[in-house]
Amino acid sequence: MKSLEAHLPALQVVVPLLGAILSAFLRRGRSAWALALVVSWIMPVIAVMLTLKVLANGPISYHLGGWAPPFGIEYRIDLLSAFVLVLVSGVGAAIMPFARVSVAHEIEGDKQVWYYTMYLLCLTGLLGITITGDAFNIFVFLEVSALSTYVLIALGKDRRALLAAYQYLIVGTIGATFYVIGVGLIYLVTGSLNIVDIAARLSDPAIYQARPVLAALAFITVGISLKLALFPLHVWLPGAYTHAPSMATAFLAGTATKVAIYVMIRYFFSVFGVAISFKTLPISEVLVVLSVAAMFIASLIAVFEKNLNRMLAYSSLGQVGYITLGIALANVDGLTGAIVHLLNHAVMKTALFMVMGALVYRLAATDISSIGGIGRRMPLTMLVFVIGGMALIGVPGTAGFVSKWYLAVGAYERGWWPLVFLILASSLIAVVYVGRVVEAAWFREPSEAVAKAQDPPLSMLVPMLVLAIATIYLGIDTEASAGLARKAAEALIGGMK
Amino acid sequence: MQHVKVFAEHYNYVITIFLMVAGLYVVIARGNMIKKLIGLGLFQTSVYLLYLTPAKIIGGSAPIIDPAVKVYSNPLPHVLILTAIVVGVATLALGLALVVRIEESYGTIEEDEIFGKENDE
Repeated sequence: MKSLEAHLPALQVVVPLLGAILSAFLRRGRSAWALALVVSWIMPVIAVMLTLKVLANGPISYHLGGWAPPFGIEYRIDLLSAFVLVLVSGVGAAIMPFARVSVAHEIEGDKQVWYYTMYLLCLTGLLGITITGDAFNIFVFLEVSALSTYVLIALGKDRRALLAAYQYLIVGTIGATFYVIGVGLIYLVTGSLNIVDIAARLSDPAIYQARPVLAALAFITVGISLKLALFPLHVWLPGAYTHAPSMATAFLAGTATKVAIYVMIRYFFSVFGVAISFKTLPISEVLVVLSVAAMFIASLIAVFEKNLNRMLAYSSLGQVGYITLGIALANVDGLTGAIVHLLNHAVMKTALFMVMGALVYRLAATDISSIGGIGRRMPLTMLVFVIGGMALIGVPGTAGFVSKWYLAVGAYERGWWPLVFLILASSLIAVVYVGRVVEAAWFREPSEAVAKAQDPPLSMLVPMLVLAIATIYLGIDTEASAGLARKAAEALIGGMK
Repeated sequence: MQHVKVFAEHYNYVITIFLMVAGLYVVIARGNMIKKLIGLGLFQTSVYLLYLTPAKIIGGSAPIIDPAVKVYSNPLPHVLILTAIVVGVATLALGLALVVRIEESYGTIEEDEIFGKENDE
């Protein structure tokens, strides 16, 4: 048992990888689901154990194959990566019970096995990006998760899912290639691929003012921005979220963009350090403008969107704007807000997209025109939607309020007080698009199809309710989430040069 | 004369950047889905060259330890690019498979025709 504990970092990635291979040999969708469920439930256990170890003893460094860094590949877990590991594995674990009915309903029998195989590969990639301490290894895991995501999206029922997957493939590959160009330039300058080692070598002023380093920073920023769907680089996201199978959308909305944001934070604060990231190039200013644009424009598009899936996708873009705003502030409060919003947004958006999955299951439609009166027929499902919606707005007592509070404090501290008003004003737009759905769900007469609908089976309902309760819990008891995020933010800013 | 000398000494970088920009241009400018993938392949390949060019050290030998050899080429970029090539092949294969499925369900692989069909419905 003791020797197993030492290898927890490797198990975090190897278990889902082996699970994916095993799953590919299975015949029946049901057994593949059971395997994926077991794997998904082991993941948060390992992640929490790692987090506790990091809290007790500081960052963990695991040498893969016994090769010492900087030559071998190092798995490195500090507070930030532990936080993201818990987030990703937690979303995966919460979603698996929901998946059985939803996937069986939306995906043909013989394809279900491949669906779960791809899901496990995607989980492998996302956890791998988070845990690894090697710049090129991040690229490999980035592509593992991206390639499996394209397949997950393409398995959607509608033929438009194919189109969305193709568009995402083009944009995602350009983003990943930009990232590799950046890593290549860093390697040429520093001769290292280990993140800690690169950071140490870049701290020499003679090196970090070299032009290739600035070019590398620019390439990595743009490449990762494509992956995390920063405002003008977001075109792939609404289509992908709208046409993918419901379970895939719920999983990706909670994890994929969050992990890309993690990579961005890692590069800005750990690899380049605040001195290079924000002082040599006007990244802070550019990010603030794009984030505010995302908060307003994406939210406004969401107001006029008829399809609820697409509406939530645009709302995600707006929420990503809040997170990048926190990164751009580059102070402890702002960064705390960004990190804690990773978790809060993942919890609420996963719950909301599960509601969409339940609507697809009962009504086969997610248009606002076809859900009139659904609130009286599916009360618990729509209750989850209301709680998630209130968290999107940032009502006090829900998770969304906590993150926005930290962001506002961070903006004020930085001296950019107009941002405080912009954060408030953009939240009011969320009131409109959430309110529109609430109005349709409760204050309209049910149509014939709606009158026959009822709450989905317990296996779908319980995960949604759990996440809804978590949304409220994270809004009241902020010790675990915001406390950990604050420690992570202090460690990142404290390490600045 | 100065410029010619710089060009002659760095011609491999010039080729790399030309391929990079040309590939990206094809991805953006072309509406045909296969041609887009060709552009994407070109773009990815240029990055292989970006890594491999500086790895070759003039007069350097293959990295096999031998007392007679003083200067070795750097093997690491080659290994990295081997991985990147595998990733590139997988991406291209998946992209082509998607194009086949799109052709089956839409009857065309021209982007503007497909978007035209979507807007009619």
